[in-house]
Amino acid sequence: MRIRIANGRLIDPANQLDARQDLYIQDGQVAAVGAAPDGFVADRVIDAEGRVVCPGLVDLAARLREPGFEYRATLESEMEAAMAGGVTSLAIPPDTDPVLDEPGLVEMLCYRAKRLNRAHVYPVGALTIGLGGAQLSEMAELTDAGCVAFSQANRPMVDTKVLKNAMEYAASFGFRVWLQPVAPFLAREGVAHDGEVAARLGLNGIPTAAETIGLYTHIELARLSGCRLHVTRLSSAEGLKMIKWARKEGVDITCDVSINHLHLCDMDIGYFNPHCNLIPPLRGQRDRDALRQGLADGDINALCSNHTPVDDDAKQCPFSEAEPGATGIELLLPLTLKWAQECKVPLMDALARVTSEAARIIGSQRGGHLAPGARADVCIFDPEDETFVSRETLRSQGKNTPFLGFPLPGRVCCTIVEGQIMYGEA
Amino acid sequence: MRNPQLNSHGELQHLLSLDGLPKGILTAILDTAAPFTEVAEREVKKLPLLRGKSVFNLFFENSTRTRTTFEIAAKRLSADVINLNVSTSSTKKGETLLDTVDNLCAMHADMFVVRHESSGAPYLIADHLHATGRNHIHVVNAGDGRHAHPTQGLLDMYTIRHFKHEFHNLIVVVVGDVLHSRVARSQLAALTTLGVPEVRVVGPKTLLPTDVERLGVRVCPTMEEGLRGADVVMMLRLQNERMNGALLPSPQEYFKVWGLTPAKLALAKDDAIVMHPGPMNRGVEIDSAVADGGQAVILPQVTFGIAVRMAVMSMLAGS
Repeated sequence: MRIRIANGRLIDPANQLDARQDLYIQDGQVAAVGAAPDGFVADRVIDAEGRVVCPGLVDLAARLREPGFEYRATLESEMEAAMAGGVTSLAIPPDTDPVLDEPGLVEMLCYRAKRLNRAHVYPVGALTIGLGGAQLSEMAELTDAGCVAFSQANRPMVDTKVLKNAMEYAASFGFRVWLQPVAPFLAREGVAHDGEVAARLGLNGIPTAAETIGLYTHIELARLSGCRLHVTRLSSAEGLKMIKWARKEGVDITCDVSINHLHLCDMDIGYFNPHCNLIPPLRGQRDRDALRQGLADGDINALCSNHTPVDDDAKQCPFSEAEPGATGIELLLPLTLKWAQECKVPLMDALARVTSEAARIIGSQRGGHLAPGARADVCIFDPEDETFVSRETLRSQGKNTPFLGFPLPGRVCCTIVEGQIMYGEA
Repeated sequence: MRNPQLNSHGELQHLLSLDGLPKGILTAILDTAAPFTEVAEREVKKLPLLRGKSVFNLFFENSTRTRTTFEIAAKRLSADVINLNVSTSSTKKGETLLDTVDNLCAMHADMFVVRHESSGAPYLIADHLHATGRNHIHVVNAGDGRHAHPTQGLLDMYTIRHFKHEFHNLIVVVVGDVLHSRVARSQLAALTTLGVPEVRVVGPKTLLPTDVERLGVRVCPTMEEGLRGADVVMMLRLQNERMNGALLPSPQEYFKVWGLTPAKLALAKDDAIVMHPGPMNRGVEIDSAVADGGQAVILPQVTFGIAVRMAVMSMLAGS
């Protein structure tokens, strides 16, 4: 199918393009930008007047809950959610059940995802078998099966010798290792940022030092091993400071932040709102402000949804017994726009955090941008409209998010994956 | 954000925490409790304020003292009292907290007195009742995790007011394991709300919450500094499982440094009172000579506890 997306404001951060231009799609890829290629006759013309046309969003962390947690969500439900959110590529953390530590499992996941023919999936393999932190996974095999990086998800490695080995092994192949910085013992039993709110509510705290100590360990081991390190879900101002320091020291390091940590802080726990039970914990206002600035400055490379559907039964519990996590894939674009508005970040820079920059971290050459030859993954949204977050409107099977009841800026109108219209405007 | 403790008229709907309750409501509870202390002196110790109402004591965590005083308070108000020791029944069979609550609602409960090991559990129940339109049912927090024990905090305020009459001219010191104590959190909230100008806390750093000074208190590094010139000394219980290990080296060392002895108490004002929420660990946080001494008001605390709980229940559900 040949599609012409006409009259829209085309924003392609990777190519520094922000102009009223038409986009031409043919054979699943971008055929041309601006002027039609010779002999191009569109089968479909999408009128994008008043709308923004940008690369489909790339989400660095979306748990689809398969295999193992199908009662929470399924590939089907979450892929629909991704389409509704304009997300066309997503990285899947390995903490499924069983964990993504076997090539067969990864192949199966990729196969299932491909058959659904929705967003492209990029599995992140387990760095160690069972995420147990003891035995290295078959990283080369897992890469052949489709893994783009290796991580421990939310299960920090206790044994730093094994971590060093794992990073060295990954470095032998140039594989990227994604790590969440946390010192496991300091975070033990903690459910909230160790500060005034936790003190007031009588919740077990996780000090900021849990993040910085973990981060320092990762930075030093990255330096030692020469491994390419991606730091996931930064949560504190101090952590951000350490990232900047590490770069000055010449360590190859990228990092991301989640939509929750970009917009919320521990005060939002309010009267024990279990939707705010998240990993890492929501930290103080000062931390949140630093993360917002860090993302604007580009010190934080990417923004992700950290989509983690949790069923109601697991959330309707006292705060510390509630399962951590929140649904987010459908909120990635609206919350990117909200941050951009509030922090006065130009739209192109804001979109870069959820498209080109995220694609770079995944290592996707043909995703996250719209130059001719790129995969025709496109998101068309109305920046003037709004998305109202409610249990009824969310397509994800997980209905729990701290943003329930929020009107957010922007509404996805159409999602195109490899030249096929998967959502809206059909 | 809606304060789940208050109804749309700003009146008390549930008693969940003293943190965030206006001074007027705290004072009103203390005022209401005053005449109830006399009920106990009467031949017939009953008032008809909760006649026909069912009060469910829903205890997910073991308790004898608090449960008993709630039971006495409810019975003196002529309520029907049903005691449920849930830690040994339904949750063991896998029932969720809210399922238990729904079942008891179906038995026409008018009030839940809840104790739970998780901070915030009574909020979840109150929230659920609100969401399901059952606003005629009231929740009283009888202790949730480390978070709050509001009736204990109130009976402590009642005791202070009884012996000291005013709050605005007092120095109050809270000694011990603030970190794990729901009693301490309720005390600190009430003391600061009622206008005590100087609230001090003393204890080893392992037992003080991070940023505790943001709760409006002064952290004193030594017992001497904490006790000097104090009008009220509020001791906290040190739980057995905290005594040996990673938080404290030994009960002996704890007593030596933070135990309240007559010599240390002498640093406080001559007419200072000593309080303890019970049960006491003699020789760990408090010397018997102090616990049994003339300045201790530990038993009056227990007596006032019944009146304060009667006041809370009658204000919530009284006819």
